[in-house]
Amino acid sequence: MIDFEIPKPIAMTMTALETVAVNMMRPKSRYFDEHEHEIPWDYITFMHMAMRQTGAGSLAPAEEKKKEIPEGKERPRIGYQQLSFMLEMLSWGDCGMYLDTPGGGLGAAAVEAAGTSEQKQKFLARFRGEKPVFGAMAMTESQAGSDTSAIRTTAVLDKDTNEWVLNGEKIFVTAGHKSLCESEGFVVVWATIDPTAGRAGMRAFVVPAGTKGVQVSKLEHKLGIRVSDTASIVMQDARVPFENLLGSAEVIKEPTTKGFKGAMATFDATRPLVAATAIGVARAALEELKKILEKEGVVIRYGLPRQKITAIEREIIDMDVMLRSAWLLIIKSVWMADNRMPNSKEASMAKLRAGDIVNRITQRAVEILGPLGYSREFLLEKWFRDAKISDIYEGTGQINRLIVARHILGYTGRELR
Amino acid sequence: MYSFDPTEEQQMLIDAVQRYATNDLRPKAHDAEEEGEIPEKLIEKGWELGYLQASIPEEFGGFGERSLVTGVLAAEELAYGDFAGTLAIMAPGLFAIPITIAGSLLQKENYLPEIIGGSWKAYSAALIEPAYDFDPMDLRTVAIKDGEGFLISGEKTYVPYAAEAEKMLLYARMGDKIQGFIISKGMEGVEIGERQKTLGIHALPLYPVKFNGVKVSADNRLGGDEGHAFEPILSSMQLAMASMALGVSRAALDYAIEYAKDRDVFGVKVAQKQAIAFMLAEMATEIESIRLLVWEAAWMMDNGKPEAHRQAYLALTGAADMAMMVTDRAVQTLGGHGYIREHPVELWMRNGRGFAMLNGLAII
Repeated sequence: MIDFEIPKPIAMTMTALETVAVNMMRPKSRYFDEHEHEIPWDYITFMHMAMRQTGAGSLAPAEEKKKEIPEGKERPRIGYQQLSFMLEMLSWGDCGMYLDTPGGGLGAAAVEAAGTSEQKQKFLARFRGEKPVFGAMAMTESQAGSDTSAIRTTAVLDKDTNEWVLNGEKIFVTAGHKSLCESEGFVVVWATIDPTAGRAGMRAFVVPAGTKGVQVSKLEHKLGIRVSDTASIVMQDARVPFENLLGSAEVIKEPTTKGFKGAMATFDATRPLVAATAIGVARAALEELKKILEKEGVVIRYGLPRQKITAIEREIIDMDVMLRSAWLLIIKSVWMADNRMPNSKEASMAKLRAGDIVNRITQRAVEILGPLGYSREFLLEKWFRDAKISDIYEGTGQINRLIVARHILGYTGRELR
Repeated sequence: MYSFDPTEEQQMLIDAVQRYATNDLRPKAHDAEEEGEIPEKLIEKGWELGYLQASIPEEFGGFGERSLVTGVLAAEELAYGDFAGTLAIMAPGLFAIPITIAGSLLQKENYLPEIIGGSWKAYSAALIEPAYDFDPMDLRTVAIKDGEGFLISGEKTYVPYAAEAEKMLLYARMGDKIQGFIISKGMEGVEIGERQKTLGIHALPLYPVKFNGVKVSADNRLGGDEGHAFEPILSSMQLAMASMALGVSRAALDYAIEYAKDRDVFGVKVAQKQAIAFMLAEMATEIESIRLLVWEAAWMMDNGKPEAHRQAYLALTGAADMAMMVTDRAVQTLGGHGYIREHPVELWMRNGRGFAMLNGLAII
């Protein structure tokens, strides 16, 4: 039965998250925007403690223990839905600071999506320790962005020691510095075991902090989300144990695209979540815009025909439509993920729509408020800058259009390039 | 708890409506539009799907319970076949549904069994007025107390089947409230003009109607002495329009996809060009996200959520924009062929423009 009631367990956590967003994130937003590369330890320490207590975890919901659920009485799965709400609220607070949340981030999500259960146990345990620990995913290289099959970082098996030897340079690694230099975390590095094989050669490797030959070579200066570190990572003969290759041992023998598909599966799971962060920013901007207008005596009159309302009212009403419909698209795609339905099309739809509307809303909000919008006295100009990343990372709007188009047209990647 | 799965009963209804829309309504849509007439048999077959009957409780001759969620699901499927045909099939609802929602017990007993008992018969409602800034919450048609009854004056436009309808609901302003009044065929002071010519939905007979001091008795006020709230009726009209916008848009998208996959250009299919493929992806995304907005509003209505009325307004606002965007791009995808009336996309584009101003032509 079609139902839009927010699940109770989610509704119950939202107040607490809002408190965090209001009290720990918003008051620090401006400071960290102006002090790039400083680390918001207060927020990090608090979130780590809170998450340890509640058992909330990484980007990907941990698999539920089968023992606890009597057969036939399976509880409805809402893990991804819960995460969407959580990420939306934290990003409403500050979407850059949310990226500093300890717990494994995209690195843990990749382990969840592509790792064996032994690997999950082994690698994810570190996030539940005393100190906050970070995880990251390293995919992009200077010559390979959306075209991930063009990556050149290599992994060669040293049969004598049964270790993988990694060489190459990764860029744009979100939280790469905190994962390797500020905690005992890891980075999931995508590399090729056969540079001639294209996608079929791609594999993911867990590269822990402290691995010799791994170095953070650069921290980027960015348009927005400045409180989140974006690192370049150089690997020179970096050695990791054989078991750090994600997936079962067979994946190294098969000349298949399983590894690549593993990466893409990660994105199917995380795209709606990244979209949820965009919605958080969009909602923040729209609420702030309404608040300032209200103070100026502008009342938004809902329910009137368009011919009777002002241009500003029309804009705001359109923003309400955009925001709500984009959010519902996310909810549907994570509901599908929770129910183990293939959601690649819906995930990409959610991502591209959220990327569109957050930019539209923040750009228009700055314009509508004129000189006030442009001022750093308010956070609107910051959200305008923060918003842009939502249409870029985890698949640009264009890549997601390509994915949606292939689905609705029934085309392969070869038929629609 | 979120769920996006229709119930089994809803799915059965969707499937039945879809078969009718695809096999009956759509193939006749072109000729109906050109000739300005929908074959009676076609309407009767659609009527027999029992959509309205399922919205009316057993005690008044129906076999179901009204649900806005079911309503938007069915209306989208019907409109996927043809918008004008959908409005025709659902015209008796314009009279019956407000009575179901807001009518007095006497009115329900008097009218509902008769409407849904037999074949399709023309019923109607007069809401829209001929003004650029027409506002359903602030009508210019006015009802004033006149002894025991009411005296109503004003001018309405786009009244479907006005010439044929046995009964219609006339909406008028009474003080600061909008109230419905039951008008019977041939009443004194009701002046039905010539059939109107519009941008789209040529197949549906629409008329301007003038009400020159029409006398209505007290028991013909919708809801009886107490009158009624207008918002639930208005929201149900908005959601009818919004869900039909989804159906028309989906029809346009599917047609554009099929055409683009078949059309050769520069040695490939035109769908293999990103310029076209991306347009189609955006159309699909728009439809999917607005559909969820419409569903949520319908669910809010069914569950008596206080924000339901605003949501229904937002849903139609979004759906009207979506329909214009999607149908325009469908024509664009077909290029010159899209401009030719042999293909249905130009009709859908004309229909697409209507969703922003035709609220009042249907209710679910």
